Amino acid sequence: MEQLPPSQPRSLADLFFTFTVLALQGFGGVMAVVERELVEKKRWMSKEEFIEEWAVAQVMPGPNVVNLSLMIGGRYFGLPGAIAASAGLLLCPLVLVLLLGYGYARYGSHPTVINVLRGMGAVAAGLIIATGLKLASALKRNALGIPVATVLGLACFIGIALLRWPLMYVMFGLGAIGCFVAYRRLKP
Amino acid sequence: MMIEIPSHVLQWSDWLDLFLHQLLFSLMSVGGVVSTLPEMHRYLVDQQHWLSDAQFNASIAVAQAAPGPNILFVALIGWNIGMNAGGLSIALLGVLISMVGILLPSSTLAYLMARWGHRNRELRSIRAFKQGMSPIVVALLISTGWILASAQGEFARAWPLWLATAVTALILWRWKVHLLWLLAAGAILGGLGWI
Repeated sequence: MEQLPPSQPRSLADLFFTFTVLALQGFGGVMAVVERELVEKKRWMSKEEFIEEWAVAQVMPGPNVVNLSLMIGGRYFGLPGAIAASAGLLLCPLVLVLLLGYGYARYGSHPTVINVLRGMGAVAAGLIIATGLKLASALKRNALGIPVATVLGLACFIGIALLRWPLMYVMFGLGAIGCFVAYRRLKP
Repeated sequence: MMIEIPSHVLQWSDWLDLFLHQLLFSLMSVGGVVSTLPEMHRYLVDQQHWLSDAQFNASIAVAQAAPGPNILFVALIGWNIGMNAGGLSIALLGVLISMVGILLPSSTLAYLMARWGHRNRELRSIRAFKQGMSPIVVALLISTGWILASAQGEFARAWPLWLATAVTALILWRWKVHLLWLLAAGAILGGLGWI
């Protein structure tokens, strides 16, 4: 499967519009769309590369998707690329969200609006879960090995989703174990 | 709905204070800006009274429902602060100050960090970091979806929503369907009151 050749953005405008298009599809969070557009459609990066870049975006302060756009844009075109990608991600949605904010103040309490948003919210949650499941297949080739990666992933899910422990403790606690094991298993 | 909207004239020192606080929130926002919400609420609503509780919550709800990164709730907060303080042009100033403040420090750090990481990507420690974090990052994504789904309410009462979430996840995991079709389906089913 998925052996089509990798590709890359042609220009700053390509970066800007690619991120604009994906941001405008990202209801309830953009991460699902980023994976879809950049990994599956445009093939700018593999699943493994996507997870790795995102690991960095996740541990840095700031919104993960914005960090990811900066990193991807910067990889191809330096600082101008970082600015083009993140501006694409933010500019159009910014205008839209301000208009919607105005509409929400007037119609936000209408029952139909509430129902529509609830339905879309249920779907958006499913989109995010599906993205996680798809990316999980890339862990097969992880240096940790399947058993360790599975245990760490399950522990993280239990801690965050079920027990609702604070993100910082879970992420950096389990992360330290993961990094330690990976370090031992990677050849120097 | 629109009772008790705070109204102030914001001085330049207030805008500077807002800007400095956004810079601070930006640096605190490891794991996403959502983690700074309690502190942001305390500062903007409880301490400064620049916007109402309802406006704060609506800003988050709208940004989540709208396309685009959820960080745009900060833009809406800035917008509301400005509108409360006088009107359209001040609202735009509020958006600008809030967004630049919340993005500048974290973006600068992320960009520099990414460049450094990319230059040293062959280092054993960098590779170990990325490989070691990978299962956690994937699990965090699934957890986020789970948390969003459970915000829909108890399974016994809100099971149609849970079902919609599960079916969406299954379809998208196994088949290539355009995301917007699924979102539209959710909107229609919700609008009809079926889920």
